[in-house]
Amino acid sequence: MATLLALALLFQDARKFPDPPAGLSPPAPVADAEAGSVAEMKPYREAIPGTDAAFDLVPIPGGTFRMGSPPSEPGRGSDEGPEVEVEIAPFWMARCETSWDEYHPFMLALDRKARAEGKASAAPQDPWADAVSRPTPPYVPMDFEMGVHGFPAISMTQFAARHYTKWLTMKTGRFYRLPSEAEWECACRAGTSTAYSFGDDPRQLGEYAWYFDDSDDAYHPVGTKKPNPFGLHDMHGNVAEWVLDAHEKGFYATLGGHAANPVCWPSQPYPHVVRGGSWDDDAEKLRSAARRGSTMSWKVQDPQIPKSIWYLTNARFVGFRVVRPLHPPPPEEWARYFEPDADSIRAVLEKQRAGGR
Amino acid sequence: MLLASRLERAPAGARPGDLLRVALVGCGGRGTGAAIQALSTAGPVHLVAMADAFRDRLDSSLAEIVKAVPERVDVPESRRFVGFEAYKQAIDLDVDVVLLTTPPGFRPEHFAHAVARGRHVFMEKPVAVDAPGVRAVLAAAQVAKQNDLKVGVGLQRHHDPAYRETVRRIQEGAIGKVLFYRCYWNSSGVWTRAREPGWSEMTYQMRNWYYFNWLCGDHIVEQHIHNLDVCNWIQGAPPAQAQGQGGRAVRTGPDTGEIYDHHAVEFTYADGTKMLSQCRHIGSCWDSVSEHAHGTLGVADVSAARITSQGGWDWRHRSGEEGVDPYQAEHDALFAAIRAGTPHMEAEYGATSTMTAIFGRMATYSGRLLKWDEALASNVRLAPERLDWDALPRSLPDAHGRYQSAIPGVTPVL
Repeated sequence: MATLLALALLFQDARKFPDPPAGLSPPAPVADAEAGSVAEMKPYREAIPGTDAAFDLVPIPGGTFRMGSPPSEPGRGSDEGPEVEVEIAPFWMARCETSWDEYHPFMLALDRKARAEGKASAAPQDPWADAVSRPTPPYVPMDFEMGVHGFPAISMTQFAARHYTKWLTMKTGRFYRLPSEAEWECACRAGTSTAYSFGDDPRQLGEYAWYFDDSDDAYHPVGTKKPNPFGLHDMHGNVAEWVLDAHEKGFYATLGGHAANPVCWPSQPYPHVVRGGSWDDDAEKLRSAARRGSTMSWKVQDPQIPKSIWYLTNARFVGFRVVRPLHPPPPEEWARYFEPDADSIRAVLEKQRAGGR
Repeated sequence: MLLASRLERAPAGARPGDLLRVALVGCGGRGTGAAIQALSTAGPVHLVAMADAFRDRLDSSLAEIVKAVPERVDVPESRRFVGFEAYKQAIDLDVDVVLLTTPPGFRPEHFAHAVARGRHVFMEKPVAVDAPGVRAVLAAAQVAKQNDLKVGVGLQRHHDPAYRETVRRIQEGAIGKVLFYRCYWNSSGVWTRAREPGWSEMTYQMRNWYYFNWLCGDHIVEQHIHNLDVCNWIQGAPPAQAQGQGGRAVRTGPDTGEIYDHHAVEFTYADGTKMLSQCRHIGSCWDSVSEHAHGTLGVADVSAARITSQGGWDWRHRSGEEGVDPYQAEHDALFAAIRAGTPHMEAEYGATSTMTAIFGRMATYSGRLLKWDEALASNVRLAPERLDWDALPRSLPDAHGRYQSAIPGVTPVL
């Protein structure tokens, strides 16, 4: 009983957020994780320190590709053009969508809990990772009982997904973030210019994707369908994936036919872009060029005001995957990838860090 | 129960174009949401008064409501009330509708007062935390009915098209005769609020209210009521007997008060139908918030709006792209009834389902087999004798800041 009490007291403390130490979180040593040039980039596996979770990364060489779709493409949305030549710097991308196994340690502070209970040893990166805000406890199971172990994490806001990448960066000492919309499409196309990365025929989609016709109304474990030419799974379907960008329908037209590493940086909580379509979508929504904007209705059944900055009550089709640029930006530029992009989110986050709810 | 059956003021006979004046009592996150929903109903409606125990909660709530529906807020400083008596000051103003969204321990008193003043009411679930509170709500509901007052209760599943359609199909025999129900609210728990220097014991319990029974009723009452209510809804009656078990496995820290972190209850309805219920607030366990009915001809996952019968007949409710927000729909229905003058009385099933949850808590706290009639007749009151910032609640911390929780076989519940 005394032990239980001590554990509970430790866990109470573990919910508070200290300030991070000065300097950068030191990289945890991982084979093949470092490269000096595109030619040296290799696939590698990142084990998240202090958890049982690991995920695989695949090199995406970047280069130039054609973003968007031609007007002749069946099912095309008006926001998919005009097509733009886009240069992309090299990066690694997660082979699969972020799973609950990876996301739960962040969301439920399982890493801190495991340490408090003596089930995991301390890592040099912990002081940085522990300073990152964690989501509030969810009122209901956010997997909506579609499955946890091996299944993609869903129902997080775009801010929560970006804050996860902050935690992951501190936890590993390597700079992870959401992909930009252009990086996402470059990786999805994997050198192709067809509607899907396997061609134009939606009748083949079932070999590569979980979507409305084959999903039985639920998501499925990540990485169980065929990959694209880069070796990435579920770029088409399973869960739609958050990217960094705001959803501006006319964004491509502003790029003047050519752009290098474009991002449509958001300044409002809505709409942000999700890509790739989901288990709940029809075939045309899974096309490489298809875009979808988030809406307020994705939180409609959150009964509290202000609504949660962490959870979406009505978007059980939204998840994400992470990328790591070969050449990360300097740390003073990281905030735009990780921190709130709207005052309404910032205000709630600050209140929660101060112990409020 | 000393309640006038004739009211001192006739209720508002609002027509479609009339302005309805609303008072909000309880300015937390849910009250703020309820106010915005009330102010988003059809026809002219203004928020004119607000009340809360704490000034900071009132202020942050007002700021959010103004942000959402600025043209419908008219709450000058003179109509912002703070403290334990604030509800009276707000309700006694010239208002038509009162939103009661404080922690549930206050609900019976607030509801009775609103009804006595002739106000239409929206009140959040649960509507009480003990049997005397449930009886007070049932008595006030009778007065409200006699005087044509409209009462909505925040059991929003009743306003969710998927639930309504599924329940209707089960009641019409889609799975034959129901043999038993299963329902769950197993999740990782909710927020805690740490004690701050300078707070009295009363201030602390009011701030960290989820963990004290006189305010919250335990999570079996505060959350699991939703699932118990759905089974009662299908069955058309509350259970006649209950026995169960529960306890605290992880809720042993300083800010987790006196409530349990798990309950499992076997309820039995008068016709012998069983309801097996679980609720848990423990992380990294199997989570589910759902209701299921098992019948002679098939099964229904009510929460997923899915019916599978042995005849191979399979049905699933599909909502449109945007769907219906049941939290908005419950206010739309209440305000439409107020304007149309049609009956709208959810207080009775709200009170019955609240009592079902209290009944379950009595069963787990006592470890005994209990009967509905004796549970409803219980005179155990949880609230302190006196409500003030220096008054002492009944449950007090030991030297380590820990509170005694119920001990099955020992704790009296009736």
